[in-house]
Amino acid sequence: MNPDGASPATRVSERPMRATRGPRFGLGAEGGRALLIAAVSTVVVFGVLAFVAVNSTGWPLFQEKFLNGPVFWEALPKVLGKFWINVQLFLIAEVLILVVGLLLAVLRSLPGPVFFPVRLLATLYVDLFRAVPGILVIFMLGFGIPALRIPGVPKDQFFWAVVSLTLLYSAYVSEVYRAGIESIHPSQTAAARSLGLSHAQTLRYVVVPQAVRRVIPPLLNDFIGLQKDTVLVSFLGVVEIFNEAGILESARFNFTPYLATALVFVVVTLPLARLTDVLLQREKDGRAASGGSRTAAAMRRVSQPLP
Amino acid sequence: MTGTGAALAVDDIWKSFGHLDVLQGINLEVAEHEVIALIGASGSGKSTLLRCINLIEPVDAGRILIKGEEITAKGVNVDRIRRRIGIVFQSFNLFPHMRVIDNVTLGPRKVLGRPAADAERAAVALLERFGLADKAREYPDRLSGGQQQRVAIVRALAMEPDLLLLDEVTSALDPELVAEVLNVIRELAAGGMTMLIATHEMGFARDIASRVCFLDGGQILEQGSPRQMFAEPREARTRQFLNRIIEAGRL
Repeated sequence: MNPDGASPATRVSERPMRATRGPRFGLGAEGGRALLIAAVSTVVVFGVLAFVAVNSTGWPLFQEKFLNGPVFWEALPKVLGKFWINVQLFLIAEVLILVVGLLLAVLRSLPGPVFFPVRLLATLYVDLFRAVPGILVIFMLGFGIPALRIPGVPKDQFFWAVVSLTLLYSAYVSEVYRAGIESIHPSQTAAARSLGLSHAQTLRYVVVPQAVRRVIPPLLNDFIGLQKDTVLVSFLGVVEIFNEAGILESARFNFTPYLATALVFVVVTLPLARLTDVLLQREKDGRAASGGSRTAAAMRRVSQPLP
Repeated sequence: MTGTGAALAVDDIWKSFGHLDVLQGINLEVAEHEVIALIGASGSGKSTLLRCINLIEPVDAGRILIKGEEITAKGVNVDRIRRRIGIVFQSFNLFPHMRVIDNVTLGPRKVLGRPAADAERAAVALLERFGLADKAREYPDRLSGGQQQRVAIVRALAMEPDLLLLDEVTSALDPELVAEVLNVIRELAAGGMTMLIATHEMGFARDIASRVCFLDGGQILEQGSPRQMFAEPREARTRQFLNRIIEAGRL
C-alpha cells in the first residue's frame, strides 16, 4: 500500500510513469518483433564467440587450467571462507567513508574568508587522494607506518587496510556529497536562515538531508567500487579472498580458483547494481511527472522502502 | 526620521548589485499594527528592500532599526534578529523533505528551543486556524500552490514574529488560488500583525493597506493612504504606473 496514504488522485497521476519504465536493456516498445530480433542476434553473436574459443588450438589446455570443474568445487568453499575478511573490510570502511566523506564535503562548503584555510586543506586532501593510485596508498600506509615503530601505533595489516581504503574512498565520496549539497537551491538556505536557523543548523536539518537523498545512487556506485577494491589489500599480506585464490592457484598451478573468486564478487555486486538502477529510474520517473516540485517527489520516492 | 519606538525604521538605505543601484536612499517608518503595501514595477526594488530588512542581503549604506534597535550595526547576531522578522517568499520555499507539521515546527524547536510536543500543539492550532489541519502529515508537493503558500505563512507565524514581510506571495499562484492566500493575509491584518507587503495585487493593496508606498528607481517616490494613492496620485510616474495596471485589467 501507499506509505503516505496518498489520495486516489495522486495515485492516478503516478500510473503513466510506470508505463514509461517498461523497456529494458534498450529494447524499444515495438513488442514481439523487437524481442525476436534481439534474441536471434544475441544467439548469433554469442554463438560465434563460443565457436571461435572452443575451436582454438589452446582450448583443451585453457579448459583444464581455467575452467576445471573439480578444482572449482574444491576452491569455492575455501575462497568463500576468506571472503568474510573482505566483507568485514568493506563494511567497516564504508561506514567510516560515509562519515569522513560528508565531513570533508561540509568543510569544503563552509562560507566566508575565515574558513579559507579549512577549505584549502579539504581541497588538497581530495585532490591528493584522488590522484595517487590506490595500491600506492595501501603500500605506503600498510608497510610505511608500522615500519616507523611508533609505540602505540597498530602494526595490524587489517587495521591499515581499513585506514587506506577509508582515506582513498572518502575523497571520491566527498565529491559526490558536495555535488549533492550544491544541487540544493539557495532559496532553501534563505528560507531556513530567515527562520533564524544558524548556518550549521541549516546544513544539518535542511541542506544535507535533501542532498544525501539525491546522491544515494552515485554513493551506491562508489560502494560497488569499494567492494572490489578490497582485494588490493591482499598485497599487504592480509589473507582475504584474492590471496586465498592465489595460494590455491600456486598449489595446483590452476587458475580456476580465480574464476570462483570472480563469481563471488559478481553475485555480491549484482543486487547492488540493480538497486542503483531502480533508484535512478525512480528519480527519472519523478522528474518526468508533471506539476509541483518534481525532484522533491523523486527524492521521497527514493527514500521510501522498496516494494 | 528615526523614531525609536517604531516597529520598523528604515533610514536612508542604499544597495547595489555590481553596477546596478537597486535601492537609492530608502526612508520608511512603520508603526506597530500598520500594514504597508509596496507597489511598483518589477525591478523597482520592492523585493530587495524586504530582503535587506530580513538581513538576507547586507545593505551598502544606511540603517535599519527594529523597535529602536539597530539591526544593521556591526556585530549584531543576525540569527537573533531574523527570529523576530518573518518572511514569506514568492516561491514558497517549503522544505520538500519534511511533512507540513515539521516545516512549521522546525524553527520553534531548533531556534526557540521549544519542546517538540509544545511546538506541535501550537503548529496544529495555527494550521487549524488557516484551514490546513488535515494537511499536517502531508509532504509539501502533495499540496496545491495556495495551500503551500498558506503553510509558508504559518511557518513564519509559528516563530511569533514582530514583523512579517510578504514578498509577492501570490505571484507564483494560479489565479483561482490567489484568493485563499489573500484571505489569510486579510485575517492577519485584522489581527493587528505589522506587515510589509510587496504586491502586484492592487485591489488587495487598496483594501488592506493602511499605507501604500510607490517605489520607482530605488526610491519611495510617493506614499499615502490607499484612497489618496489610487484615486489622486500626485506624481506623474505613479499615475503612469497605475494607468498601465488599469489597462492590464489588474485594478
